[in-house]
This record gives sequence, C-alpha cells and structure tokens, in this order.
Amino acid sequence: MAQEVSRTEQRIPQTTETTSRTTSRPVFLPPADIYETRDNIVVLAEMPGVAPDGVDITLERRVLTIRGRSAANEHAGYQRVYNEYADGDYERSFTLSENIDRDRIEARLNDGVLHLVLPKAETARARKIELKTG
Amino acid sequence: MALSEFPRLGFDPFLELRRMQSEMNRVFSGLSPAFRDFPAINIWLGDNSVVVTSELPGVTSTDVTLNLQDDVLTLEGTRRPAEEQGISWQRRERTYGTFSRAVQLPFRVDPDKVQARFNNGVLEVELERLEADRPKKIEIRAA
Repeated sequence: MAQEVSRTEQRIPQTTETTSRTTSRPVFLPPADIYETRDNIVVLAEMPGVAPDGVDITLERRVLTIRGRSAANEHAGYQRVYNEYADGDYERSFTLSENIDRDRIEARLNDGVLHLVLPKAETARARKIELKTG
Repeated sequence: MALSEFPRLGFDPFLELRRMQSEMNRVFSGLSPAFRDFPAINIWLGDNSVVVTSELPGVTSTDVTLNLQDDVLTLEGTRRPAEEQGISWQRRERTYGTFSRAVQLPFRVDPDKVQARFNNGVLEVELERLEADRPKKIEIRAA
C-alpha cells in the first residue's frame, strides 16, 4: 500500500497545476497520517478552518478523494497586518490497495482534523493459516 | 573552476562536493513546510483591539496555554499522536510534540479583556488595547 500511495502523491501536484480552477482561492495538500490496523485503514488529514459541512469525501474504485472548503476568515473592521498562512481549500487523493467495505466507512471532523476509518472488505482481511502437522 | 584551489591538477576534486552542497542548501532553504515555524500566525488590527489567529489542527483547549506579559502574547502547547496499539504506519506527515511561539503586539493590552476561542482547529485570540494607552485627542485653546 505504501508504494501505491507514494505514487499517487507524485501525481497530485501535477494535476492541480495543469487544470485551471474557477476560483482564485489557493488549494492546499493537507498533511495526512495513514495507518493500518487489522480491520481498518485510518486516514487523519489536517484541514484547519473547515467546518463539518464543508467536507466532501468520495471513493471511486480505489481512489479516495478528500476535499475541504474553509469558511471565509474575514474580520469586519479589522485589517490584516501580519500574515503567515492563507485561507484556502484542501484537496488530496489517495489510491488504496485494499478493497474497502464502502457501507461501513466512518468520517468525523474534530478540531480541524478529518478522521476517516475505512474498514477493509472481508476478502481483503489477512487470515491466519494454520499449519497441519503430520 | 576559476576559484579552484588546485589549478595545477587541471580539475577540481571538490567540484562535485560543492555542487552537492549548493543542492542541499536549495532543498533546505525553508520552502518545505516542515521547517516553518509552528503554529502559523495571522494578526488582524482593529481600532482599539488586535486579533491573533493561529492554525492548530488537532489541538484542543486543554492542550494549549496562553500567557500575556506586557505586550507579548505567548502560545504554548503539545500535540499528541494517536495512541493505538498494533498499528502499522503507512504515512506520517503530521508533526507532534511541544510548540511555543511569542507574538509582540502593536500596543499594550488589557489582560482582563482577552477572549480566546477555538473554531475548527483555528485559535482566535482577541485582545483589547489598554485604556491608558489609547491615543488622546488634545484640544488647542485659542490664545
């Protein structure tokens, strides 16, 4: 799976550069942690400023795409005097090597971190094979 | 080659090393977000107040402390990784550990009138200018 994913990442900046967007907002690649347990693949992606209704998750075949639209962070009557980060949207795709049970995918957004639990399909789960003696 | 210390050799044995050094300098020149100060901060200025916002995804109000000394606001805290047993990591891009940042505000603020709140992983701190520190209009009397 690690191989599949790293190949995906190389492709992402190219696709975001070659296609034009209809909005001028910047689009960021959210930093992500991905880990695997016996039954699940868990994705944690950082999307600060995105409200739960601004998240869009799609799984098409094996390509998982996460999108987040952050709310406009304007302060009426205030002037921006120092800037280290820009407001923008988040978008990223991953190619999963395991089959996922689509009906049991869980997603929640806590403190700007998207927490995605993708249960492995029954067929993809590792089975322990007993050796017969004799 | 003009700067080579080995003119008689006809070639520079350290040319490749210098090329590698400049390549490394370019790679680590701060373009990578991993070397950026954490957390990133924006400052907004109003008439008599200032708002400091900071991107702190995954940090809750119990993980962060705010300190105010004169006109310096300090932001300290910890980011903890997920604590699950028996997992294998595929990818680790988020950073963990302690962080600390100090911000010098453009004026002295009233420590009793500070409001801080978290909004979807973005910390927002609103501070009001000290009453005694506000600009005063001076009337000019006719002679």
